[in-house]
Amino acid sequence: MSDTAITTGKTGARGTLYRGDPGMWSWVAHRITGVATFFFLFAHVLDTALVRVSPSAYDEIIETYKTPLVNLLEVGLVGAVLYHALNGIRVMLVDFWEKGARYQRPMLWAILGVWVLVMIPGTYFMMQRTVTEMFGG
Amino acid sequence: MTMALDKPRSPRRPAARRSNFELASWLFMRISGIALVVLVLGHLFIMNILDGGVHRINFAFVAGRWADPFWQVWDLAMLWLAQIHGGNGLRTIINDYARKDSTRFWLKMMLYVSMVLILLLGTYVIFTFDPNISAD
Repeated sequence: MSDTAITTGKTGARGTLYRGDPGMWSWVAHRITGVATFFFLFAHVLDTALVRVSPSAYDEIIETYKTPLVNLLEVGLVGAVLYHALNGIRVMLVDFWEKGARYQRPMLWAILGVWVLVMIPGTYFMMQRTVTEMFGG
Repeated sequence: MTMALDKPRSPRRPAARRSNFELASWLFMRISGIALVVLVLGHLFIMNILDGGVHRINFAFVAGRWADPFWQVWDLAMLWLAQIHGGNGLRTIINDYARKDSTRFWLKMMLYVSMVLILLLGTYVIFTFDPNISAD
């Protein structure tokens, strides 16, 4: 896969410039994270709407958000949304910055670096309580 | 170099009937995207990471936040922008992958119905929230 990326990426005479390039995978990931977030939003508006039913109905459903498995899914959600946001900024730079297209690949490595730097402390703060409660402390 | 390329556009295409809808959609994704970076990342940071994260959220927490018009406007803007941004993204994906016209039509109908439902329900909840609703 990466072989094709290098040959097509550099020569460009045969095949496409884009197929197999990390840029293509960033586009695939953008779609997947976007769709996942959209489906979460659907569920999230429904669960929040329970504040119009009763405080206990809302509190009960919110308790499921605090269970270990769902807590882990929240880390996944934050990771997906953060990637989508950072890559969205990269897409806008490719579109509107005159040098954006030329730097699309280094910008991808940059946003992935920022993603890792944010997700490390983010995961810590999101999972801290769950991990402490599960394994004592 | 004499590479024969197919003419990308039919000479008989009725140019006058083309609309700028897809351009507007493309531009909307970028403008709403910038706003959503702030609105959604701020929301996720406050709700999931800041002091205790999700463990401190309950009815009283929501009531405290929605007592402030700032957060009402924040959440309302986030709801509308995220729903239309996400719905428009899904519309693009359905257009890309649905192979039969009928599949494409029904998937988009389901999408539009769910978008209207979520927008109306979410807006209704923000505008009619009652912190003193009977507790049971």
